[in-house]
Amino acid sequence: MMGELEVEKHVQFILSVEKKKDDFESVAMEHIRINGAYWGLTTLALLGKLGVVDQDEVVSWIMKCQDESGGFGGNIGHDPHILYTLSAVQVLALYDKLDVLDIDKVSSYVSGLQNEDGSFSGDIWGEVDTRFSYIAICCLSILGRLEKLNVQKAVDYIVSCKNMDGGFGCTPGGESHSGQIFCCVAALAITGSLHHIDKDLLGWWLCERQVKSGGLNGRPEKLPDVCYSWWVLSSLIIIDRVHWIDKEKLASFILNCQDKENGGISDRPEDAVDVFHTFFGVAGLSLLEYPGVKAIDPAYALPVDVVDRIFIGRR
Amino acid sequence: MHGRPRKQPSLNEDNASIEKAAKLRSLQSLVLHNHQNKIYDKEALEVSSKLLELNPEFYTAWNYRKLAVESALLSEENSDTIRAILNEELKVVENALRRNFKSYGAWEHRKWVLKKEYSSVDQELQLLDQFQKADSRNFHAWNYRRFVAKLKNLPAKEELKYTTNMIESNFSNYSAWHSRSVILSHLLKEKPQGFNSKHDVLKEEYDLVHQALFTDPDDQSGWFYHLWLLAQTAAPDAPSLISLWPPHGSDLVVSSNGALPLILYFDQVVEGVNSSTITVAHTFCEGEGLIWKPLSVNYSGKAQAWMTYLKFPEPGNNSSEVYTVVVGLGQVKGIISSSGSSLSSPLRFTFTMRVQSTPSEHSEGIVTMKMLSWKDEDFCRNEEVLQYFNPCILPSELLNISEDCQQTTLKSKLEIFTHEIELFRDLLIEMNCKIGMLTLARLLLAHDALMLHSTASVSQKANSEKILELFTDLMKLDPTHSRFYKDKLSIVLMEQVVSNRKSLEGHCWYYGTSTFSLTQNSICLRLNNLSLSRIGSFEHLLWVQMIDLRENELRSIEGLEVLQRLTCLNLSHNKLSSFTALSPLTLLSSLKVLDISYNEIGAHSIDTTRYLCSSPLSHSAGDDCNLGEYAIDDVDMAKYWEAVLVFRGLQLMQLDVVGNAVSDDDEFSFLLVKILPKLKWLDGNAVY
Repeated sequence: MMGELEVEKHVQFILSVEKKKDDFESVAMEHIRINGAYWGLTTLALLGKLGVVDQDEVVSWIMKCQDESGGFGGNIGHDPHILYTLSAVQVLALYDKLDVLDIDKVSSYVSGLQNEDGSFSGDIWGEVDTRFSYIAICCLSILGRLEKLNVQKAVDYIVSCKNMDGGFGCTPGGESHSGQIFCCVAALAITGSLHHIDKDLLGWWLCERQVKSGGLNGRPEKLPDVCYSWWVLSSLIIIDRVHWIDKEKLASFILNCQDKENGGISDRPEDAVDVFHTFFGVAGLSLLEYPGVKAIDPAYALPVDVVDRIFIGRR
Repeated sequence: MHGRPRKQPSLNEDNASIEKAAKLRSLQSLVLHNHQNKIYDKEALEVSSKLLELNPEFYTAWNYRKLAVESALLSEENSDTIRAILNEELKVVENALRRNFKSYGAWEHRKWVLKKEYSSVDQELQLLDQFQKADSRNFHAWNYRRFVAKLKNLPAKEELKYTTNMIESNFSNYSAWHSRSVILSHLLKEKPQGFNSKHDVLKEEYDLVHQALFTDPDDQSGWFYHLWLLAQTAAPDAPSLISLWPPHGSDLVVSSNGALPLILYFDQVVEGVNSSTITVAHTFCEGEGLIWKPLSVNYSGKAQAWMTYLKFPEPGNNSSEVYTVVVGLGQVKGIISSSGSSLSSPLRFTFTMRVQSTPSEHSEGIVTMKMLSWKDEDFCRNEEVLQYFNPCILPSELLNISEDCQQTTLKSKLEIFTHEIELFRDLLIEMNCKIGMLTLARLLLAHDALMLHSTASVSQKANSEKILELFTDLMKLDPTHSRFYKDKLSIVLMEQVVSNRKSLEGHCWYYGTSTFSLTQNSICLRLNNLSLSRIGSFEHLLWVQMIDLRENELRSIEGLEVLQRLTCLNLSHNKLSSFTALSPLTLLSSLKVLDISYNEIGAHSIDTTRYLCSSPLSHSAGDDCNLGEYAIDDVDMAKYWEAVLVFRGLQLMQLDVVGNAVSDDDEFSFLLVKILPKLKWLDGNAVY
């Protein structure tokens, strides 16, 4: 049966993940600690509990992850990559601390990763993926420097990754995958280019991700997973087709994935919890307008009040 | 963490984990240390390969190895040694992939090595076979396969064959179906020698996918491919005009203050509509360069409907003078679809108009507008009025489809649809299969659309009852997605109502109060209480000036922007949940009366149309999103910016917003009066 959202337990779980440093999982995840910070802190913000973490400590640690190129690594001493640069910018945006950045330097790092065909590399080594297109567009939009990109070419490249099912893949010809679809749909949203999407075709593919248990899967004939509550749901919201799924069934699927004893949310009921799924679970509930959870913006993946502060405040 | 059971670790496990963690930590620190100090000796490299075998996701270690390889290759010319160095990398990748074959870093490292062109393709294909057998849906492996095929120029036909094999060994392999659609799209576009015609290719593909669908109808994989085939079959070859206003052959009486909208509606999104592709010849205002505007809320410069304004002459002494307007399309190529094909064949249409001088008391600003009431008693049936209204659908004699090749294509398309329809009818007799039912509905729709737009017989909507029945059944059979079917059903229902003249007339009412003169003919299209969740079929409605859509279930009014003549719109008692959902209104410059009362505006924390309109959040808008000029003391603009974006620029004289969560605020009414300077009536009260 559907229970309540265990807000206090999840807050405690996020704090405990931060402190736990000696087990294998924590060490193995050390290289993406900055992603972890974004997941954990955004969850706290959505639950209205951002204050439980020391802001100055977080901000100064984030700034230690910055490389001289302007990009950020996943942790202190790790190589810079666009994946971690977005997390750094998002966390600073959460705290209204974008002013600690040398915005020109960070945005030059990001815009420098755009390739001739409009695509983006993740770092100097040249891996290309539409995830990086989203990151670059989202990051520079938050920083108010989108004009540093060739937006038209960036959009054309994303469109070249569109598939028969209306979805998008990593590179041209790559299979549609909900995570990838979120990246492409959100990037097109931010650049005002959603007319490239066949909303009914993609919307149907996305709503068919809901399986009998109420959960969403990422591709046809796959198992459901709480993280798709974010990827699928945000995409459906951006294209105004979220009413095509059963929201109540999805909410109870997410709530059933809570560890009610120790906090945290897992991929599927009774599996081991982690901060990644805790974020996507809470963000999913936010998109489902679950009472007590603050609204999250489906494209920028930040609380709506933060996004409005940046974009409405700026004008 | 995926798919790992939740349990409290026992003490022993905990210790083992801490020991393992300590080992991992020391490897990670060592690699970072070597990386920072550029130490690339054998021992140091060994440490990194150990680490990557244990934790392939540690991306900095892959970067470190790339730097090490580059430094080694710098002074190396012996190709055997180079090959040996690169083979070592392939080995490290293989070990890492055996730990985690979803590791982005590992696959990418392999691509990086391959790009150096020292490695054998066979070895890669063998490795891929292993991985794709172990997990036939691994998209990393499929992507890598495409990468190898491109790098080594492997023939497309071989890759197509590979997908056939994968599909035949397991029909449920969506990845293989997807890959097949990619390769075939490419082949259909390139048309290499020895490749069959599109028609034959599609027929073969239908046969293949039928095997999958009939083996396991509940598996989704084949159905998506089937839908793609259906879209390939139905795709119109060239855009054509299907509807227009003023109607061909009509005689208009226009009043002198204002301009006449000229609206063209195509069967698909087109670009290139301008004064050189469209000729407008008339007996007044010679040499005027008309500016055509795409009717769409996005800034793509493309749209399905386009409009321009014809300025007409001041009425002279002789107000009975009749002007003839001739509009010609397609004489000059340039109106093209998104697939790049040009308007099918040139056509021209004509209408006439007489200009009537407007009585002075009707000119704007002087008249004290009476409030428009939408009450039932204000409407009556008036058969006489109806004779004046002309359907805007292009009459069939103007459709030029007699060319042989078009007839052949049409015939072969219909042949495919008819065959598919029979097939799925049979399948559904044997079982209840939701995607099968949906597919049948889609086939019938495609069949009807083809009949309608390509033959002279307009009333060939033979299947709409069956389609409505299928969607109604689907809502019951698959309640999880009931609102998807409901939206589809609404579109069909609306088409059924407005596409045939008899049924349309049943919904046309005469607005009775004679003092009301905002519309010319006072005909109101009343589509209230039809339980519509979506609206469509606008090609039939270009003439409409007054429409009543109250008491439906509308969440969206997408497409309404093409009703350029609209002056009065009632959307009350629907499910509109935000101002951004009203963004089509921003294009309706004639709109004077709007009722959006009793919706859900302001009641939701998540706005599902936030990105479907131009706003400060998306960057198409440029400078026209300046909200500053509407700033009012004591009004929180951050709270109301969506309303400002929609309403500024509208010439509304009457507005009803009561019954929405947002309308409870006094400061909101204050804001409305400020941004709508022509407003005379707000929620039934006079505005001073």
